[in-house]
Amino acid sequence: MLVYEWLILKQEIFLSLLIVGILLLWLFRDLSNETWIRIMNIFLFVNILIGFTGFHYGKLFGDTFLSSPLILFEKVLLSFALWLISLFSYGWLRKMKNLPEFYLLLLTSLLGMYIMLSAGNLLLFYLGLEMSTLPLAGAANFEFNSKKSSESAMKLVLSSAFSSAILLMGISWLYGMMGSLDYSVISTQIGHSPLSIMAFLFILSGFAFKISAVPFHLWTADVYQGAPVAVTAFLSVVSKSAVIMVMIPFLYQTFEEKIDVWYSALIMLALASVLVANLFAIQQLNLKRLLAFSSIAQVGFLLIGLSAHSQTGATSVLFFLSIYLFSNLAAFGVVSVLSSEYGKEEIQQLSGLYSTHPFLSWVLALSLFSLAGIPPTAGFFGKFFLLLSGANKGNYWVIAIAAINMVISLYYYLRVVKTIFMNHPVTPMENKPLAFPVKFALIICLLGILVVGFLGGFYEHIFQLLNGIN
Amino acid sequence: MNLLLLLIVPLIAAIGIMLSPRVSAVRQISLAASLIQLVLVGWLLFQMLNTRSVSAQPLYFEKVYQWFPSWNIQFHIGVDGIAVSMMILTALVVLAGVLISWQESILPKEFFFLLMFLSLGAYGFFMARDIFTLFFFLELAVIPKFLLIGIWGSGQKEYSAMKLALMLMAGSALVFVGLAGIYLEAHSFDLSVLSATHFPVAFQYLFYPLLFIGFGIFAALFPFHTWVPDGHASAPTAASMFLAGISMKLGGYGCLRVASFLMPDAAIHYAPVIIVLSTCAILYGAFVTLLQSDLKYMNAYSSVSHCGFVMLGIGVFNTTSVYGAILQMISHGLMTALFFAAIGMIYYRTHTRKIDELGGLLAKLPFISTVFVIAGLCSLGLPGLSGFVAEMAVFVGSWEDKSLWVRSATVLSCASIVVTAVYILRATGKVIMGPIRETFVALSDAVWYEKMAAIFLLAGIFVMGIAPFLLQYVIGNEAATIVNRGAQVLINK
Repeated sequence: MLVYEWLILKQEIFLSLLIVGILLLWLFRDLSNETWIRIMNIFLFVNILIGFTGFHYGKLFGDTFLSSPLILFEKVLLSFALWLISLFSYGWLRKMKNLPEFYLLLLTSLLGMYIMLSAGNLLLFYLGLEMSTLPLAGAANFEFNSKKSSESAMKLVLSSAFSSAILLMGISWLYGMMGSLDYSVISTQIGHSPLSIMAFLFILSGFAFKISAVPFHLWTADVYQGAPVAVTAFLSVVSKSAVIMVMIPFLYQTFEEKIDVWYSALIMLALASVLVANLFAIQQLNLKRLLAFSSIAQVGFLLIGLSAHSQTGATSVLFFLSIYLFSNLAAFGVVSVLSSEYGKEEIQQLSGLYSTHPFLSWVLALSLFSLAGIPPTAGFFGKFFLLLSGANKGNYWVIAIAAINMVISLYYYLRVVKTIFMNHPVTPMENKPLAFPVKFALIICLLGILVVGFLGGFYEHIFQLLNGIN
Repeated sequence: MNLLLLLIVPLIAAIGIMLSPRVSAVRQISLAASLIQLVLVGWLLFQMLNTRSVSAQPLYFEKVYQWFPSWNIQFHIGVDGIAVSMMILTALVVLAGVLISWQESILPKEFFFLLMFLSLGAYGFFMARDIFTLFFFLELAVIPKFLLIGIWGSGQKEYSAMKLALMLMAGSALVFVGLAGIYLEAHSFDLSVLSATHFPVAFQYLFYPLLFIGFGIFAALFPFHTWVPDGHASAPTAASMFLAGISMKLGGYGCLRVASFLMPDAAIHYAPVIIVLSTCAILYGAFVTLLQSDLKYMNAYSSVSHCGFVMLGIGVFNTTSVYGAILQMISHGLMTALFFAAIGMIYYRTHTRKIDELGGLLAKLPFISTVFVIAGLCSLGLPGLSGFVAEMAVFVGSWEDKSLWVRSATVLSCASIVVTAVYILRATGKVIMGPIRETFVALSDAVWYEKMAAIFLLAGIFVMGIAPFLLQYVIGNEAATIVNRGAQVLINK
């Protein structure tokens, strides 16, 4: 085996070295939080750049580890999100004890996602999945003196352990049937036995837990509300995106035989998600809980696009994920500032925010418009293509229900906008200047929200990456 | 001329407004941009007529840019006579709207920014020749309207803003499903491609109502008109002008250009329903207006009634009636914008819009009162003003249909003019005539920017009323091209 074949592991190698490096540096040097954040932001940016260094194709370890331009693109997207999260959480991170631990946990989780994306074998996939979930429970508990934070961590551990158990059950049944866990073997030999359907449904339920699709969503709101904003953002953007990215080849290639099963399952999950999440979101008073339910609804829309089983469907899913990254991170960025600087997370407390914080208000409003799918924000394009590809089987009633849900969702997004722009402030908030990294991250998100949708070339690029997906 | 210029000017103006440090600069930029737009649209009209006199084409200044090749979506723009006349309307109303809000003191930067953004959406909508682009621009306007009403409005502004946004979004949702259907049938969004496609009749029967109701919600189609009174009445003056003057026209234009044009079989099949609904709107709107005591509510309900004529013209679907519908869109746009401007000027001075609390304004506000009266007379269809021309064309068109019940609908709609006369004359009598109230003695008449705003709109109304052939020349045969597809269907039958 040639050395350069190992270079398809470049991102994993870099992350592992980074993790070890943090440990060593932490051991030998006593750095201030500001310095740590600065160093980490630089390295997280380098981590994005490494994705662009070539060595796209390859297989290692008897086809258990794969790499392709598509997988590289997905890894870059996730790394980019982590970088943004680290930037906009500056205010919260600065005040934290044991800061390096936080980066250790998130980086380990990211490494797990890399492995999950590159896996060519269910065992490696499971390893990656666990590696990406468990550190997050630690990270969710990072506000040591907050009871809610511990509660959220506990709920995350229990629910993810439960879902992993279900997933593992499905995997072991498959192994029992075929004696192999390689994707290539599964895709050719799975057949149509009832046992295989059961096994597949177990695996799909595991996935549904991770992306918190209804009816597997009950842990989401509590965990999102209790965890620190940075972790919530990571959970709702990075974790979800990673699992959905894995689902594309998983459903389209590995389990293509089971299309009848997963098509109807996805449609049911999708419609239940948009409907239930939207109805719950209307009731929410807390911004983080609102965003939790909104992210469940977004997953519903993603599943509609995913059910298309076509190259455009997969493209629309990835395109939407890139847009969702900017929109949701922008929203969480603002929430992070509001919560760490002013201690405000309830919607009602944001009354008249516009009069004191116009920049934050515009960012939050535009990100919510993007989540609602209103032009000129990128969310419009994302949702349009998702639903259009979802309709390509002639299921007009599915997209009709989805379109009605876009109206419902507009109501709760606009309610927040109304509070910010139209209500009068109860107690005027003092205006603290934004730290540079926070402002920088929010501007990047804003540009993403306003520009990405118009980039037809970007869509085409993803389309090309997905050549031969089905 | 490149049509993109019409989008770039408001965009640059909007960015400039956000960056400008002083309020005066904000106003100047907005005024300059709207004047430039008016000149550009005038130049566009001139060039189009020049080109057309040499060789008639279906589209002028056409441009196609690749956008999402894997979906076969292009950014396709181009104009014809109908689009250009709607753009003239937009340019006039936006200019008047900027002038009338000259003294806006609450967050002026954001106000003019949103106004520019709205106009961008309208220009884009009228020049779009690709229904994806068209849908994009249709939805673009929803949020600025929500913010304009919610922040600068009066009365139950938050309720009205939310109602408007949700109802318009519901309209968009219906349009979206219709668009998805069209796309999956024809694999294109391009109107030029789609116009060459004949959709199966069963398909048309299913999707025409979605598109028509979807666009119809924007155009106050009965019974989906309920956002109109609240929205118009709560909005600030310029936003009311824009809403009634342009936004409602987006719906009518969409019904015509997308729904009826692409699905002529269904347009003929559903004509009875549309005619009944629009007659309901005309009569219901007129009678409800009688009961209003608030000037803005009065004009808003009368808009429902007047937009009913647009829908009636589209429903009857012959050349004259469609031509009348287009004229009515433009006429109503100018007239209602003028009316809202006059009401806004009165409200700014007297701080009331209640008809009973006003009186004898003619003595102190001669200019504003004159504007008010002219707008009212135009609304009740006085010959010599634009309203007469447009309503006449709709009536003549629908009378051409020989079936008894269409003629009864026409007669009933005609009768609504009498009701219109009642409420207009009564309002004029109470507000303008009579002895002046003591509280109003100190009022002063319109200032230069208000006069300018009114004069631009008045010019449009008079030109259209006295010389309707000019507009006919601009629109040309295009109403006929839309209807011909329907005529073809009838011949085949």
